[in-house]
Amino acid sequence: MPLVLTEEQSMLRDSARGLISDKAPIAHLRQLRDGKDADGFSRALWKTFAEMGFAGLLVPEAFGGSGLGCVEAGVVMEEIGRTLMPSPFLSTAVVGASALSRGGSEEQKSAYLPKIADGSLLTALAIDEGAKHRPLHTALQAVRAGNGFKLSGAKAFVVDGHVADLLIVAARSAGNAGDRNGLTLFLVDPKAKGVAIERTVMVDAHNAARITFDNVEVNADGVLGEVDGGAALLEGVLNIGRGAVASEMVGLSEEVFGRTVTYLKERKQFGKLIGEFQALQHRAAQLYIDIEITRAAVLKALQALDNDVDKAGAAVAVAKARAGTTATLAVQEGVQMHGGMGMTDQFDIGFFMKRARVAQELFGDSNFHAEQLAEGKGY
Amino acid sequence: MSDLDQFRRETRAWLEANCPPEMRKPVTRDEDVFWGGRNTKFASEAQKVWFERMRDRGWTVPDWPKQYGGGGLDPAEAKVLREEMAKIGARPPLSSFGIWMLGPALLKYGTDAQKAEHLPKITAGLIRWCQGYSEPNAGSDLASLQTRAESDGDDFVITGQKIWTSYANYADWIFCLVRTDPAAKKHDGISFILFDMTSKGVSTKPILLISGKSPFCETFFDGVRVPKSHVVGTINRGWDVAKYLLQHERAMISGLGDRSVGRPLGQIAADSVGTDGQGRLDDAMLRSQIASFEVDEAALSCAAERAVDLAKAGQGHPAFSSAMKYYGTELNKRRYEILMSAGGADALEWESERSREGIRPRAWLRTKANSIEGGTSEVMLGIVAKRILDLPGA
Repeated sequence: MPLVLTEEQSMLRDSARGLISDKAPIAHLRQLRDGKDADGFSRALWKTFAEMGFAGLLVPEAFGGSGLGCVEAGVVMEEIGRTLMPSPFLSTAVVGASALSRGGSEEQKSAYLPKIADGSLLTALAIDEGAKHRPLHTALQAVRAGNGFKLSGAKAFVVDGHVADLLIVAARSAGNAGDRNGLTLFLVDPKAKGVAIERTVMVDAHNAARITFDNVEVNADGVLGEVDGGAALLEGVLNIGRGAVASEMVGLSEEVFGRTVTYLKERKQFGKLIGEFQALQHRAAQLYIDIEITRAAVLKALQALDNDVDKAGAAVAVAKARAGTTATLAVQEGVQMHGGMGMTDQFDIGFFMKRARVAQELFGDSNFHAEQLAEGKGY
Repeated sequence: MSDLDQFRRETRAWLEANCPPEMRKPVTRDEDVFWGGRNTKFASEAQKVWFERMRDRGWTVPDWPKQYGGGGLDPAEAKVLREEMAKIGARPPLSSFGIWMLGPALLKYGTDAQKAEHLPKITAGLIRWCQGYSEPNAGSDLASLQTRAESDGDDFVITGQKIWTSYANYADWIFCLVRTDPAAKKHDGISFILFDMTSKGVSTKPILLISGKSPFCETFFDGVRVPKSHVVGTINRGWDVAKYLLQHERAMISGLGDRSVGRPLGQIAADSVGTDGQGRLDDAMLRSQIASFEVDEAALSCAAERAVDLAKAGQGHPAFSSAMKYYGTELNKRRYEILMSAGGADALEWESERSREGIRPRAWLRTKANSIEGGTSEVMLGIVAKRILDLPGA
């Protein structure tokens, strides 16, 4: 498959860009942040997203969605990355929809997928427990109790955790932290007894939460996928999420880069445009090359996911690792080249730096993914 | 089944039946590369057989027109062939500056007679070409070159000196930049001309490099008489041809040290540094260097694939080969730094049979030229800054 967007995908990009740049420029995020918005995103805008078919992008047509793929999800994420629009798109339309459509029973799919597609149900994946992303080290306990399970433990960095209508919780039902076997995914009602949710306002003003589970009862029909055998499902869903976050970082990097190059062509010092200085020209050129290479790696990973999620691991690791280092470089160069202005809150560039830091951690940072690649190659 | 799937199936079967097992092993010695030319010798029967079978199929240069001995493949088919060759580790049957550099320029700028004369001899490996570009005082500032070509009737008489001429001492013909109008601005008085290296007045002198090898020469022209019909493109407009050729040269250099061949870095490193109980390299810092290198290497090969697809879709930027050249050569240098670090003291042996006469340190030193030849990394970044990013200034 050629590593370029198809005509349909380009049209999707244009319509996403049109909507997002119009309704959710950086000022939108700034407003939500400064107003300490209780939801952390605009429900009205999410409704529009659903009406345009974005919420159900990955939901199969049989369940009211458009049945599109990861490349298309990546196209939308990239546009989200350009304006840092806070939205449940990642947590719900990408991760939630993938988890349910890949792992759900027919009943589960019928119950939830149409609601994801019409924008009426928000989901959150509760995976991380420590400061770093280590899915196999999941320790939140799932103990059999009667017909179902009781969950006890704590999760952190749960994206959209405080607004979700449905939690997808990774738990250990057997074995020890670090084991691949013994993981199970559960669908949990956030209002269930024993669930305590604390919204954690993050550096990037996007949604996250800490959630504790104290003997939370879940019925057998709350199991998503196989008991004890949830690792493969989880990995697939995480990889789809990683591909999406990598796309967001490509959009973010390119936007920061574009703004920086524009500034190099406007700002004068020593009687010259600063873009005339070779020291800056070469750094800008290096960053451009870095972004272009990362963009190719990310598109490759998205195509690999659409081809076969279970075989896309290496391509996704490369994409997320590259996207993390590229975005980190882009925002640092962006702030540096904007000089003192780049340090001010009034100027938008700092928002990108903050979001890049969060996106780097989300679903595993560059080191995590380089490590995955090394492990996969056996050295 | 689509035509392309059909082509893939047939290609796979043909390669399986026709590529000798010896030609599926990684290239480890200089003589494993077949360059063709008047004085060429095959290193083995397998090399000869493989070359002849590929030549007869037009696959020494799969994407050139059939009339010139190419394979007439479209970009999608050529990509399939590359993929299928890579899958079995098939070596290129013929390596040649004629294929990578001169050919594309002749196809664009050559007359029908020039194409008919030279292209078939390139595809058939009969003539080996070298490139007369750099001069002692015209390196990064190539357009300031001074080799003179003075008009004398139907001929030019060429006098001057070239440097860093790759394999000039083995080459049969040269494609050369000469100054045909000394009065014009520096870019406007240059012509691109072809001549036989056995012409009277041509001499070469190999340059000993830090690798202990001499892949480059100084090349001297003392009144070399060349018919004016050997100019490619318009007289005094040779800079256009030169730049176009450089795009292809840069694309070629960015693919050097190609990656998918040979043993993985992790395994090579394990030979010398050993592994711990879990099979991990017993040098955590080296291991992480290799991992981040491999992330970048995999990403670059995606970008190379995308560059081809973008060009095909008419969305490519002509200066993008400079971006790829920059990144590919810097990455190749990084690869060899890792290989040297992984090899430790073993990789320092220069003459022993054990080290195959220092193949690794010599290759390591050779890579240092990658970011100089064909335009330095700094020149590449300057091109990206000006032509792609449109940054202001000279």
